[in-house]
Amino acid sequence: MGIFDADRWLEIWVTITRNKLRSVLTCLGVFWGVLMLVLLLGAGTGMKNGIFSNFEGYATNSVFFITDRTSEPYKGFKKGRYWNMRNRDIDNIRKNVRGIDIASAVIFGGRSDKNIVYGQTAASFFVKGIYPEQFKLETPIITYGRLISEVDMRDRRKVCVIGAKVNESLFNNANSCGKYIRVNGIYYQIVGVVNPKARGISIGGRNEESVFLPLSTMQQIMNQGDRVHFISVSIARGEPLQKVIDDITAVLKAQNEISPTDPQAVRAINLAAQFATFEMLFTGINILVWIVGTGTLLAGVIGISNIMMVTVKERTKEIGVRRALGAKPANIIVQVMSESLLLTSMAGLTGLSLGVFILDGVNRLMEAAAAGPSSSNESFFKNPEVSINVAIIATVIILLSGLFAGLIPAWRAMQIKAIDAIREE
Amino acid sequence: MIIQLHNINKTYYSAAPLHVLKGINLGIEAGEMVSIMGASGSGKSTLLNILGILDTYDTGEYLLNGQLISNLSESRAAEYRNRLIGFIFQSFNLITFKNAMENVALPLYYQGIRRKKRNVVAMEYLDMVGLRDWADHMPNELSGGQKQRVAIARALIAQPKIILADEPTGALDSVTTEEVIALLRKVNQERGMTMIIVTHEASVANATDKIIRLRDGLIENIEAPHHV
Repeated sequence: MGIFDADRWLEIWVTITRNKLRSVLTCLGVFWGVLMLVLLLGAGTGMKNGIFSNFEGYATNSVFFITDRTSEPYKGFKKGRYWNMRNRDIDNIRKNVRGIDIASAVIFGGRSDKNIVYGQTAASFFVKGIYPEQFKLETPIITYGRLISEVDMRDRRKVCVIGAKVNESLFNNANSCGKYIRVNGIYYQIVGVVNPKARGISIGGRNEESVFLPLSTMQQIMNQGDRVHFISVSIARGEPLQKVIDDITAVLKAQNEISPTDPQAVRAINLAAQFATFEMLFTGINILVWIVGTGTLLAGVIGISNIMMVTVKERTKEIGVRRALGAKPANIIVQVMSESLLLTSMAGLTGLSLGVFILDGVNRLMEAAAAGPSSSNESFFKNPEVSINVAIIATVIILLSGLFAGLIPAWRAMQIKAIDAIREE
Repeated sequence: MIIQLHNINKTYYSAAPLHVLKGINLGIEAGEMVSIMGASGSGKSTLLNILGILDTYDTGEYLLNGQLISNLSESRAAEYRNRLIGFIFQSFNLITFKNAMENVALPLYYQGIRRKKRNVVAMEYLDMVGLRDWADHMPNELSGGQKQRVAIARALIAQPKIILADEPTGALDSVTTEEVIALLRKVNQERGMTMIIVTHEASVANATDKIIRLRDGLIENIEAPHHV
């Protein structure tokens, strides 16, 4: 009789189904354990997805650079000097630093009262001058039109891309491409409307509440020469992060007469490090969930083992009779182990299915709520789910624990002699 | 001779050693129907357990069907019980969650016979004991006499060499007792099945060919029954 002998499983199935209450009670612990494990894992994933959706569309390997006053005298300059990054710094970084994907710069305009005007409507929004590459670092959803292009930049065109909120308040969400708006006193033609994906990161104001101009146009109009306020760089995959940051810092210092040892003048904000922290946080949560979940499952398995033990005692007579009728010790062991395995698998897989079902229900409810009018943009919980890998691992754990739970009861059952069935009353 | 016992001794070692069987010599021919009688403590249950390979003996020789039964592994003993011996118990010992047919078929399950086939065979045996219509009933839906008939069918299904019955009528009233004994007699005569019945009822013993009386671990006498 092999493991997949249908006749044997039928015999075991009969034994289980003819003792329904006992079987259900035995199952309960493992069912609950697996259900908890799946729900906890799903909730963990949901939280992770929620938090990370705030950074969606943002290059997670970004590093930002801003300037500060120098803290050391150098080449005849006093310490405490204010300085600015310039276009040539970007060019130099692109040319001289290895391991960069994209380098871009931003210049910020003010957000003065009613600075954006269309017809009779006026509103206050942020204004940013950007390199075309900036939209590769923070990928937006393009609602209408196009993004800022190289030609806009080269020709210092008076065009702009506006955020979704700007479009909403000035044009009531209609397609506004081709229209002219007044930004800080000068007219620009709208070429595109964008909606940022990343809600959790905003540089110099939320992107949906910003008007984007070509950097060159903005520098000229604000009389800023070739100054930029903010440089963002994305590091190529697999490059040593800290080394690239150090290289860029060195380039900036050399270009701008700053002491190579000045710790303050160039400030680097390492987004990648922030992401690593988040990743670690969620790995921690995941480990905790597995510990708690498998702990609950273990309690369920011990419960099964315990009840199987009682069951074996209760069935001493039945097992004795089976022995008298010709059941070998191996038959009895296989029977008890198979019962345990079958009960555990049924309970575990029911728990797994119900868990996935509940997670899916929650997901649907949340999606329905998100589509509603009262949705907020920032999310902390999104797409709770368990991956197929987790489901497979859980199934393997269930099967192993079923065998484990049957071990001691099977051993106990094997000790029962046929004579115990006859020695009665 | 289907059963040969030579000087069988058995001692139970508990608080004080108890010498239960003190040298049993016995031969039983194939096709015989014998009864074993004796007061409680005379060793008749122990003797039956040894005959049924449920218990071991200390010294002596037990030949069953020409085979020496000694130092068997648990698996071997189980196999011999399955093939050579049919058991009938005082309290029937049917499996409560199996119906009559499944109970009868159980010994064949341990021979690895497919479910369909063994159920067909089980129905034949149920028919023989007159319970074909009760095949789907669970043990708790059967009367005492019916249960014992199911147990008899179960004992016979593997076509063993001997039937060992331990007080088969102990839990039955006098009318059903007669029915059950008549059935056993019929099986003995029609199939030539060797039967050993432990009993303390004279009426049961008198229905057999031979009465073996035990007393203090020894065979007191072997006599023919008194026919009334």
